[in-house]
Amino acid sequence: MDKGLILDNVAISKGGAPLVALNHTIAPGEVLTVMGPSGVGKSTLLSYVTGTLALDFTARGRVILDGMDITNTPPHQRMVGILFQDDLLFPHLSVGQNLAFGLRPGGTRPERQTRIETALAEVDLAGFADRDPATLSGGQKARVALMRMLLSSPCALLLDEAFSRLDAALRAQVRQLVFDRARALSLPVLMVTHDADDAAAAGGEIITLGNGAVSSR
Amino acid sequence: MKRSFLPFVPTLTLAVMIGPVIAGLYGTILPAFGHMPAIGVVGPHLDTFRALGDWPGLPRAITLSLTTGIGATLIALIIVALLTAGWSGTRPFRALERALSPLLSVPHAAAAFGLAFLIAPSGWVSRLTSPWLTGWDRPPDLLIVQDQMGLTMMAGLIVKEVPFLLLMTLSALGQTDATRARAVAQALGYSRTTGWLKTVFPRVYAQIRLPVYVVLAYAMSVVDVAIILGPNTPPPLSVQIVTWMSEPDLALRLQAAAAALLQLALVIAALIGWRIGETVVAALGKRWIAAGGRGRADVAISALLLGFGTVSALAVLLGLAVLGVWSIAGFWGFPDALPDSFTLKNWMRHGMNATDALAETALIACTVTLAAIILTIGCLEAEYRHGLTVSQRSIWLLYLPLLIPQTAFLPGLQIMLLSIGADIGRTPVMLAHLVFVLPYVFLSLADPFRAWDARTGTVAAALGASPDRVLWQVRLPMLLRPILTAAAVGLAVSVGQYLPTLLIGGGRVSTLTTEAVALASGGDRRAIGVYGLMQTGAALVPFALALLLPAFIWRNRQGLRHG
Repeated sequence: MDKGLILDNVAISKGGAPLVALNHTIAPGEVLTVMGPSGVGKSTLLSYVTGTLALDFTARGRVILDGMDITNTPPHQRMVGILFQDDLLFPHLSVGQNLAFGLRPGGTRPERQTRIETALAEVDLAGFADRDPATLSGGQKARVALMRMLLSSPCALLLDEAFSRLDAALRAQVRQLVFDRARALSLPVLMVTHDADDAAAAGGEIITLGNGAVSSR
Repeated sequence: MKRSFLPFVPTLTLAVMIGPVIAGLYGTILPAFGHMPAIGVVGPHLDTFRALGDWPGLPRAITLSLTTGIGATLIALIIVALLTAGWSGTRPFRALERALSPLLSVPHAAAAFGLAFLIAPSGWVSRLTSPWLTGWDRPPDLLIVQDQMGLTMMAGLIVKEVPFLLLMTLSALGQTDATRARAVAQALGYSRTTGWLKTVFPRVYAQIRLPVYVVLAYAMSVVDVAIILGPNTPPPLSVQIVTWMSEPDLALRLQAAAAALLQLALVIAALIGWRIGETVVAALGKRWIAAGGRGRADVAISALLLGFGTVSALAVLLGLAVLGVWSIAGFWGFPDALPDSFTLKNWMRHGMNATDALAETALIACTVTLAAIILTIGCLEAEYRHGLTVSQRSIWLLYLPLLIPQTAFLPGLQIMLLSIGADIGRTPVMLAHLVFVLPYVFLSLADPFRAWDARTGTVAAALGASPDRVLWQVRLPMLLRPILTAAAVGLAVSVGQYLPTLLIGGGRVSTLTTEAVALASGGDRRAIGVYGLMQTGAALVPFALALLLPAFIWRNRQGLRHG
């Protein structure tokens, strides 16, 4: 079975006008960066991969993840993790409950508790389980969002301008953390950004979208 | 909420909301044309309309319906527009905004009784100014409440419709970029009020048009306020319809049905007239804008309007206060400002009955509101999951039960239920309440539900949560506050319903509202005080809970404390 994320002749259009067209394979541990000005359909591409494409778009092609065609799989069964520019931590749940929401079912209560504590400790947030997410700093929230996503054991990782809300110093730090984790877990990563530093830090291939045309460099 | 069932919820919701209206109108038309086989008359013919025309009170009843309805709507709209124009964003305006929710939730009947107790010849205003100012040592012989012109009734409608239109205006303001428009106008030398009227009001009016129509249709056909404050020889048309409906002589039901159709025609005519008026005002307004006047009388107008707004709010709040005083009053002679003694005897005497009525009210209101909340969330979730969007055009359907006068279709619904042998009683009353509760619950919940960040749902799904789990564990908890607010709105609407309870309940369902209105003719102020206060409490307590519960449940969650 081929590991990795394959975008097989994907073409998305809105009202007959072509928006994004892409044919690409992202190998495990690799990052594909999609760049381009806002409004060009970068986020639309990601919502196609997560299965949440709005109804006014039409799409052709297939999404294949680890050898499985997930094009028509419901969003919650795709095993595709995503991080947005906002942390989107659930405001009604504590930090620990947010992580427990992500953690796949199974295991005894103490086992699950331990996994959550371990995950927090890994990103220097030990003892934060009972905190209200609203009381965390921007960098702390980003780290909780990352661990929540990783605990759901995704097979691929999508980044939708994930670092654009963080200030410069924090940004490099969080970005490094995310890429290191993804590489360690051999996850294929699809990142959309308008920031050249993000693209450079990713170190992978870069695709620039614009006016329906696709160019590679 | 089974997934297979969800796509049908919007259709079901429309059916329970529109179905009774259509059935009621259908049930009105046949008897109006003299066709009612159940009591042995077969039509169609125009005799019932001839009989209606022979009723000597008809011209006066029609005039009252038109003048009080249009007058109350126009004055309320003018107050709200000028008040917002002159004062929005200021400190006094914010004080009025804070008084909005409680003012809105006070049932019409309680507000009407309160107003009557304030301005009647022996009311609080007269007592407080006698004898030192007026020289009265006994109540003057003036017909203030139930005056022939319906002016007091109009006042009673205005004090309740101003908060409603103000709320609608405030929510429209958020979508009109009002602050910047006014800033631009002021920079061009326009004064506050004139600048707002010329730049913001046209946009705001486009948004509050339907609520204004609702107020117009309601004010023209209201029954409970008219019974309490309106003239009775003859009464407005809507009250006469109800009187005929409750006569033992079944032939009078035919006449009531004919009058109901007439009422519908009147409301439609008034709505058309209002629409024409809109275009006239718009044309005049364009000329006024083109003339470029910067506004000179603004300061005086704003000051006057703040006065009106304050009086209108105080009329309700002080009215409730005087209801409270009467409910615990011992002997209270004129012109004393307060009773000689306070006593709990009134509460003891009426408490038992009132508690029964409260239980009935609560049972109906809670059941109906729960159903309305479930249907509304089902509709909105179906829209979210399956893209079954309610288009802008079908928003009219939501307003339909509020635009068609209650007196036009409820008599028909009752006649229909009786003629098919259906039992009238609590369950049909609940269904009738649902017709009016659903639109308000939907309108209250739709915006916050749709404003929920859909990316939160994407993240939750990406974490492996099924659509049901996202709904129950993420979306609904996050929307706890707007859901509880919508529930409070629904409860208040149900508590305040008079006509559906009376007509569809066949007189056998006694809620706080039907009991309170029934006391109007007796004039027992202590009993009215008890019932009016309980009615207000039944509507007000849920609003307080809707504020307090989320604050308590989410006390450790800053992200949900506001909004």
